[in-house]
Amino acid sequence: MKPRNLSMLLAAGIVLTAAGCGSDSGSAKPADTKPGTAAADAPVTITVGCQPPKSNPLERTAWDEDVAAFQKLHPNITIESKDAFPCINPDTFQAKLAGGTMEDVFYVYFTDIQKIVAAGQAADISPYVSGVTKLGDLRPDVMSVFKSGEKTYGLPRTNYSTGLVYNRKLFTQAGLDPDTPPKTWAEVQAAAKKIAGLGPGYVGFGEYSAGNTGGWHFTASLYGRGGEMVGPDGKTAAFNSPEGKAVLENLKQMRWTDNSMGAKQLLQWEDLMRMMGGGKLGMMIGAPDVVQSVNNDFKGKFDDYGVAALPEAKASLSGGDGYMFNPKATPEQIKAGLLWLEFHELTPDQGQFNYERNKSQGRPVGLPTPDLYGDAAPGKQIVETRKKFATVPVEHFAPYAEASTTIQNKIEPPRAQELYAILDVAMSAVLTRQDADIDKLLADAEAKANKVLAKSS
Amino acid sequence: MTVKGSRRRTPGGFRRGVRRNLTAYGFLCGALICFAFFSWYPMVREILLSFQQTNFVDDPTWVGLDNFRTVIEDSAFVDAWLNTAAFTGLALVFGYVVPFVAAIVLNELRHAKAYLRFVVYLPVMLPPAVGVLLFKWFYDPGAGLFNQILDLAHIPALSWLDSADTALISLVIVSTWMNLGTGTLIYLAALQSIPGELYEAAELDGAGLFKRVWHVTIPQTKLILLVMLLLQIVATMQVFIEPYLLTGGGPENATLTVAYLMYQYAFNFGDFGAGGALGLMLMVVLMVFSAFYLRISRDNQS
Repeated sequence: MKPRNLSMLLAAGIVLTAAGCGSDSGSAKPADTKPGTAAADAPVTITVGCQPPKSNPLERTAWDEDVAAFQKLHPNITIESKDAFPCINPDTFQAKLAGGTMEDVFYVYFTDIQKIVAAGQAADISPYVSGVTKLGDLRPDVMSVFKSGEKTYGLPRTNYSTGLVYNRKLFTQAGLDPDTPPKTWAEVQAAAKKIAGLGPGYVGFGEYSAGNTGGWHFTASLYGRGGEMVGPDGKTAAFNSPEGKAVLENLKQMRWTDNSMGAKQLLQWEDLMRMMGGGKLGMMIGAPDVVQSVNNDFKGKFDDYGVAALPEAKASLSGGDGYMFNPKATPEQIKAGLLWLEFHELTPDQGQFNYERNKSQGRPVGLPTPDLYGDAAPGKQIVETRKKFATVPVEHFAPYAEASTTIQNKIEPPRAQELYAILDVAMSAVLTRQDADIDKLLADAEAKANKVLAKSS
Repeated sequence: MTVKGSRRRTPGGFRRGVRRNLTAYGFLCGALICFAFFSWYPMVREILLSFQQTNFVDDPTWVGLDNFRTVIEDSAFVDAWLNTAAFTGLALVFGYVVPFVAAIVLNELRHAKAYLRFVVYLPVMLPPAVGVLLFKWFYDPGAGLFNQILDLAHIPALSWLDSADTALISLVIVSTWMNLGTGTLIYLAALQSIPGELYEAAELDGAGLFKRVWHVTIPQTKLILLVMLLLQIVATMQVFIEPYLLTGGGPENATLTVAYLMYQYAFNFGDFGAGGALGLMLMVVLMVFSAFYLRISRDNQS
């Protein structure tokens, strides 16, 4: 009984410290590189994250073929692929770093990049990126996600900006025209009302409010309306503004006056996609990757969905993923990793952009993402091939694709997760309490956010 | 764990004692090594971590009490402790009484005893995540089971998780349900150790069920009740999985608990030092209750 009791007592600590175990051995690295060997073609081995898992045989085969082709081009480089699903789990990221098992080229979401840079957990690759031939063509706003000051810390794999995902089938059922999706928030409100009117269980517009996702979508809406999360100096909150107020007021109205947002709230990341897949949710903020996920994982059908630009969008929160480098990687490993990333993630008609192969494998082709190059030459080439081999109804995503060329992408605010946690409170208040006082909620959130931001110095 | 031979203070006697119990020590070693690795080492690391700032890449830097200051100054800190205290209090009211009553009822039954014991214990076999997510569906404000039942009884639907007024209590209900089987079984074991003559004597004196419980059952199980009370406090103060899976700490931080805030710091904000500091605070509070528990079980043994 004694040890059992002790273990209960310590359980609280274990969550944290399991990750801490072995941090002293964090310097242990795969001893298969020869640091200091300056010869350009000295053998080098790199571990690379986010190989598709065995449960996804089509994508895995494509990846393995690409690795083989790359190694043929660069016989001195050996790539050890590491699979995982999902590719990154915040709970294990720190543990992998601490345990020395972090890949040399590791996978990240845009949301985590600045946090990782600030914590010193990624290598500065600035001295080596000049070797990446397409660097100059990459969208500057996308590359800015991987930069801190003048330094570069990674390369993108996918990029998207936020839009409005909607269920075309429900639009038709509700007497709305699926080919002219809402362009203003007033139109969203009206459409949501009609969809909710289809009967019990139908939700016109769904929104997050828990697990930091509420704050995340507040930011997306705020950016769309032209608002800012933090002031130019990055030290004070700027969301207690007419735009911030408009975001919450709009939600409050849809939730309580129109009853078009459903009774179930405190939704988190997967919930809305599950509702979309279930066919009873009309609209949500999201990008084309939502449709992909709804199709692959939540039993929705590609044909039933469309993506439009974020209503009244002045700017759009951009999301995506990419790769960064282990701070303990050698220069040779970094150079080899950059060669691989350029080969697999950044070259038109090759690797992830090999649409011809994707089509022959029966994978969906035609979504207007990823968008790494915008209007630059490689971007045009990618769009061209994508159109040629498209297997999904591309016209359903045309409004989004057209808008994304003109709407400015905006990266996440500093201390993003902390600010999102603070704004979850305001979002959940508006969606669960009819008498929520928006001014007070924003003022409270602002005071809390200022405290957090003041510590950023 | 007193080894007979070790009572003699002579070195030869001690050695003989060890030799005689070698097999026992051998078996104990495995457990001790496991505890050292998975419980004690993490605890020591956590204590160190709460005074450090680390990125798991460079050597950690000592920051004194900075991490503690960070979490105490957080406006969510007070909310988290109040919610945890409220959860623990409510979990005692429900989770303490319900299994005890269930055990008494089961003990009184004459037929289908084994079957009903199995039925009561069944939910414990569900993985906690499955149990919790099942309740997410029960709590659904639209088509959820609970509101359907209320509807049948012509009672207006409740918001359950979706209201700051009812969210915490909804989590307590989940927690009680998931732990009902274990608690009931422990109480049942205690009840069955009560000599039958006591009940017979009470019955001869004309005591009904309530009087028998009050005058025989409760005094006879006082110790186990006290031990369970302390264990329950220690367990429920660490509540994490329910808010993590059901509410994400909302609405409006109404279900933000200390363990959940600790998780937020460590894994969402990437501040392991602050998370460690919060964990250490929780551990100190739990140690107080554990000390009581150890004291009581020692008194009982002697």
